[in-house]
Amino acid sequence: MLFLIKYFDTHLNESESVSVEKGLAYRICYGFLGTVIFIFLWTLIGYLIFTKPEYKQFSGLLPLPTIKAFYSLIFDNDFWSSVYASLRRVTVGISIAFVMGLPLGLLIGFYKKLELITYTPVQFVRMISPVSWMPVALLVFRSFESAIYFLIAISTVWPIILNTTHGVSRVNPQWINMARNQGAKNYQLLLKIIVPSSVPYILTSLRLALGVAWIVLVPAEFLGVSSGLGYIINDARDTMEYDRLMAIIIAIGIVGFILDGSIQLIQKSFPFKRTWN
Amino acid sequence: MKIRVENITKTYPLPKGKQFTVLKNINFTINEGDFVTILGESGCGKSTLLNILAGLLPVSSGEIWVDNKKIVGPHPSRSILFQQPNLLPWLSVEENIVFGCKLRGEVDNLRFRANQLIDIMGLSGFEKVYPHELSLGMAQRVCLARSLIGHPDVLLLDEPFASLDTFTRIHLQEELIDFWQVEKLTVIFVTHDIDEAILMGNKVILLGGHPSGIVKIFDIRMNYPRDMTSKIFFLVRTSVLKKFEEAFTDNKNLNPGEKE
Repeated sequence: MLFLIKYFDTHLNESESVSVEKGLAYRICYGFLGTVIFIFLWTLIGYLIFTKPEYKQFSGLLPLPTIKAFYSLIFDNDFWSSVYASLRRVTVGISIAFVMGLPLGLLIGFYKKLELITYTPVQFVRMISPVSWMPVALLVFRSFESAIYFLIAISTVWPIILNTTHGVSRVNPQWINMARNQGAKNYQLLLKIIVPSSVPYILTSLRLALGVAWIVLVPAEFLGVSSGLGYIINDARDTMEYDRLMAIIIAIGIVGFILDGSIQLIQKSFPFKRTWN
Repeated sequence: MKIRVENITKTYPLPKGKQFTVLKNINFTINEGDFVTILGESGCGKSTLLNILAGLLPVSSGEIWVDNKKIVGPHPSRSILFQQPNLLPWLSVEENIVFGCKLRGEVDNLRFRANQLIDIMGLSGFEKVYPHELSLGMAQRVCLARSLIGHPDVLLLDEPFASLDTFTRIHLQEELIDFWQVEKLTVIFVTHDIDEAILMGNKVILLGGHPSGIVKIFDIRMNYPRDMTSKIFFLVRTSVLKKFEEAFTDNKNLNPGEKE
């Protein structure tokens, strides 16, 4: 393994500072190396544990059966409808959180008093594990579906509020002075200066929200719904299809990775990021 | 009389209930069409004074009258240009220039006026460019164009060329003087550079002391464009410098214990 790192080093080091494209190749190579190491460790630990006779039944958790199950997962309609259902829940949940959190975050950032008033409750509720809302959600909401929306919304609203507030507080005061000098009214300051200058922070908040939502989603889907990635994991456990279970876990990771990456791409696509604040 | 400044005092609160007085008993008047430079050392409160004139900072006591109206806040007719370019990074050069006019809904002829200013400021071809692609000097030109497009009566400049290189600075100084002579607006120009102050202003207000007050107001009666190497320029410079030195030593003798 050390040899491999050394190999990459000698062959890619000189490209580090040369150009952006080469820098990208450099990063992809190391990213690939990381993936290889990850699969190697998985194989190693898996074989040490799951080849013992008493754990024989769990051998589906090993890489090879998992990859086979993953392959069949790709052609499995149930899987794709579950991915769709999960993505829908995350989208709806985050949308609710965003619609509530963004204006709240802007207002809290804009009015210092509001920040003082909301500080304690926000910090307090934020620290409650979203999963502990589960029983409450089940009591309050009639359908499991809306209970899941609630859980995702309540776990993602905090990063959205806090990051938006932070974005507002980081607005360059010179822009505010300039706009006031140009005759901007308060609502114009908000819409023309504060909101656009907070966009990077709002995108970061969405990225954090997505991470949280994707984590909360799976336990939330254990609740009683009959679709979604959390549901089919449970299902695979009940039917003792461990290779399928592991393949779904991998799929959850991949979808999350793609979602996070696409928000990062959006963040990077802003032409003005270098002079931002 | 365009601007009348009456007994301006500005204090900032310090911890433990103490107060720090930056400006004390400032009195002066400015006529329509004057080019006034406010000269003083760093930290003497000249930027504070300019921000007060812009209406961006409240005074602790005293009044400012513009066109016989007491000022209570910022107004687009008193346009301020800061030392550092403060363009909005999400807008192009053109969008930055017309930003204020769009806010106020002054959209008649906007495109024409914008193009005119882009031309004057030497920004042709850069209309669609974003601020991070501009040099400091160009960014400051864009800011100047943004300050001028709304036809302000009074242009307030806070060391606008201090962070530029010598050549860009000389060029922009000339352009500003040309613009002022054509447009006949009233300019108040803050600087810590004595040469710049004498080169640009027909009136130099020298600030000094702790807290700062007006040491002397000089009327500079030289024709534009002024020559920094001329004998008269040197004489004026010497007398301003002498006055500054006097104020400095007076201040030291009067308040020996105030340094800390």
